[in-house]
Amino acid sequence: MTEKTIYELSQPGRVGVTFPEPDVPLTPSPMGFEREHLNLPELSELDVIRHFTNLSKLNYSINSGFYPLGSCTMKYNPKINEEAARMPGLANTHPFQPIVSVQGNLYIMYQLQEWLQEISGFHRVCLTPAAGAQGELVGALIIKNYHQKNNDTKRVKILIPDSAHGTNPATSSMSGFNVVPLQSDERGNVDIQALKSECDETLAGLMLTNPNTLGLFDENVEEVIQLVHSAGGLVYGDGANLNALLGIVRPGDLGFDVMHFNLHKTFSTPHGGGGPGSGPVGVAEHLNDYLPGPIVTIIEEGDEESPPFFGFYWPEKTVGRMKAFYGHFGMLIRAYTYIAMHGGKGLRNIAEMAVLNANYLKSQIKEDYTLPYDRTCMHEFVVEGSWDKVPAVHALDISKRLMDYGFHPPTNYFPLIVHEALMIEPTETESKQTLDAFAKAMKSIAKEARENPDLLHGAPFTTPIRRCDEVKAARDLVLCCWIPD
Amino acid sequence: MFTPHTPQEIEDMLNAIGVGSIEELFVKVPEKHRFPELNLPEPLTEMEIAAELKEIASANASTDEFISFLGAGAYDHYIPAAVDMLLRRGEFYTAYTPYQPEISQGTLQAIFEFQSLMSELTGMDVSNASHYDGATAAAEAANLAYHFFRGKRKKVILSRAVNPQYRQTIRTYMQGLEEVEVLGDNTDKGKDVYSEEFLSLIDNDTAIVIVQYPDFFGRVIDYTKLVNIVHEQGALIAFVFNPTALGLLKPPGEFGADIAVGDGQPLGIPLSYGGPYLGIFTTKEKYVRKLAGRLVGETVDESANRAYVLTLTAREQHIRREKSTSNICTNQGLMALAATIYLSLLGKNGFKQVANLCYQKAHYAAEKISALDGYEVVFKDTPFFHEFVVQTPKPVGQINLHLQNHWILGGFNLSEDYPEMENQMLVAVTEKITKEDIDEFVEALQEDTND
Repeated sequence: MTEKTIYELSQPGRVGVTFPEPDVPLTPSPMGFEREHLNLPELSELDVIRHFTNLSKLNYSINSGFYPLGSCTMKYNPKINEEAARMPGLANTHPFQPIVSVQGNLYIMYQLQEWLQEISGFHRVCLTPAAGAQGELVGALIIKNYHQKNNDTKRVKILIPDSAHGTNPATSSMSGFNVVPLQSDERGNVDIQALKSECDETLAGLMLTNPNTLGLFDENVEEVIQLVHSAGGLVYGDGANLNALLGIVRPGDLGFDVMHFNLHKTFSTPHGGGGPGSGPVGVAEHLNDYLPGPIVTIIEEGDEESPPFFGFYWPEKTVGRMKAFYGHFGMLIRAYTYIAMHGGKGLRNIAEMAVLNANYLKSQIKEDYTLPYDRTCMHEFVVEGSWDKVPAVHALDISKRLMDYGFHPPTNYFPLIVHEALMIEPTETESKQTLDAFAKAMKSIAKEARENPDLLHGAPFTTPIRRCDEVKAARDLVLCCWIPD
Repeated sequence: MFTPHTPQEIEDMLNAIGVGSIEELFVKVPEKHRFPELNLPEPLTEMEIAAELKEIASANASTDEFISFLGAGAYDHYIPAAVDMLLRRGEFYTAYTPYQPEISQGTLQAIFEFQSLMSELTGMDVSNASHYDGATAAAEAANLAYHFFRGKRKKVILSRAVNPQYRQTIRTYMQGLEEVEVLGDNTDKGKDVYSEEFLSLIDNDTAIVIVQYPDFFGRVIDYTKLVNIVHEQGALIAFVFNPTALGLLKPPGEFGADIAVGDGQPLGIPLSYGGPYLGIFTTKEKYVRKLAGRLVGETVDESANRAYVLTLTAREQHIRREKSTSNICTNQGLMALAATIYLSLLGKNGFKQVANLCYQKAHYAAEKISALDGYEVVFKDTPFFHEFVVQTPKPVGQINLHLQNHWILGGFNLSEDYPEMENQMLVAVTEKITKEDIDEFVEALQEDTND
């Protein structure tokens, strides 16, 4: 089932949306800059509607089914959030309007800063980072600037556990650090001995994902943080797995120095087919001055008659600007709405049900799949997607076969420390019936693997297209569709 | 609230797990910090939050009520109804990065079409799947150049007429690169790329020169000679472009740009107080393997059907880890989709129309304003697109306050970023502005001068 491209659908002379004729006297085009050739497609409005509607039907999505993609927190996206972000009074405001004319926007941002601080136990939050990876970059740059301002220039080394998120090493090297991997122990915790041996005067910091990508809460987290602090380093928390901790524990209370939030995971702003995300950063008090800007603050306290007056400020030793304007405001409105609808108890319920779902699902499939670390997990868990008895079947085959059963596959081949990893995160919004159906499919696939492994190699059979030739894609690089002359 | 569990189900699930209570699942969390009381407001129902948000929004002035002449990197264009209708399809917005091509062809083909449209628009060979915004796309251009020369060329040269926030962002991103020097934009001379001072910076230690087209002041500069000068030194040149302008003007590719980046917000994306927007990144084929961000390529499936996949993933952070040049993983998927739908709807004809309307109305506005006593168009011998600089008789902040009383949002106050441009306003005009709006604006300026 394939859909033509917009250029293949194009008909010379066909017109979609048109605009009024100029109502002002005409000025000739600037000499020497005239554009001679601009080959955009020519489609009717209905052509466009049908084309993109057809394309949408080729996608799997949360709205259509269970999406247990580990570490991505594919939970239900409440529809009121979409309405909220599109309210004309919010959506149609220009970033350079005088602040007096956007007090509603600033109120939302200020509240969200305060709430994220309360939820995480950090002292201050900046909302500007565009995505989790950018929040991480902020964290690494804060660590770098902090040591530089303290004239502690020997600190060039960042420790990254092998159970950390995949972006951490790239973030560190982008910030000019040397990356030193840190192994996990047999219970999936940071190996304390390995950590101790790296705690020296060159240590800039540790990037810790907790719960880690095995879905495990580090049993020695306070000791780990303590060791890094004693050696003069800072601890960065990768907040991608914060969904497991809402109302359970605050990373700031555990001693983390800086952490990013993924609003598109924990606070259910939609993933949008791969963005936009939103990656605010929180810091402990000693790092307040290093945050990026601008940050919303109260310029004039309010009283009984009038609300406070909000404005922006820049932290004194700021790492700088991360992007234009103030962050992904549309995403901030959605997260604000989501938190306002939950309150403290509601947030704790999210984490509890997410962890309940993960442990329940784990208990339902552990007979058929090897669990490399069999202990209580948090919001996700990892199984091995292969069996010694059927060496030809891989995690990828299981994933592809799951599509025939109507499910989105888990994250494959990550974390790297688990052989043929399948990382499963059900999230709190899924019902027991859905989890049971998924477990049944997993069991059935395990049986198929034993009895008819070729079936798995051929899967999927029921999807719009079959397995793709990825080697050809990279070799005969085609990044642009046919465009008629 | 969005959790479906009944008490009976919770009990059954706990039994299956083999624990007595929910609390037991969290025993590894240090006890003294476990289950903090969060001091948050009582939860609101959907009906209550909808009402509250409406009230919050009413504390704003929006471009629905005001005539806006603000631009400076974000533009109030008309967005056809069909764009948002399609964006609201849950199959698009509740999907994630298309890791599994068999069930993600919708997202993948849309990105592929986006890449195609961006290549055509800019006259460049390839486009990636997008960056966070124009500013970070510009920073990634500098990053690409640095890594292309393997860190041996240390200079990143910026024109002072590049968006100030983009220049700040580039500086932030350059902090992690050893011995990089970002320069060119610190003095007034940096506004003119053909000044001797600016040209003298370009040498064989230069990795990249970044200019804007039209520049931050709206000027359309012929960069042909500059491109040659930069290439003679073996360095790269990047253009920061405005996509709407390319409906009318010769594209960066025809000037010989190595990289063209921009913000796609004008292509069907609401102002939304500065984000989320859309970073466009296009370049020549020879740099494709140095490109950060995601790429969608065409291939075939097992049944020889045409299909699309994420490709050249070996460049990316999750494979190359600390050896990759950027940590970017998500793109602005939904925003790239918005731009793709917008350009498909407007097509060849509609897009040129929009560009021309912006150009015509801006020129009418410039002419009217320059006829006012005390007002003058700065850079008046240089062609411009839909933004221009006006010298005003009073501080811009004061004028804008007055304009607000007339339900007008005046132009951007340039002295905020350019101390040397006191009493200078950057005025932007889009197709949404009518002749009547412009006349009203001019009248209000006149009235303010007479006060």
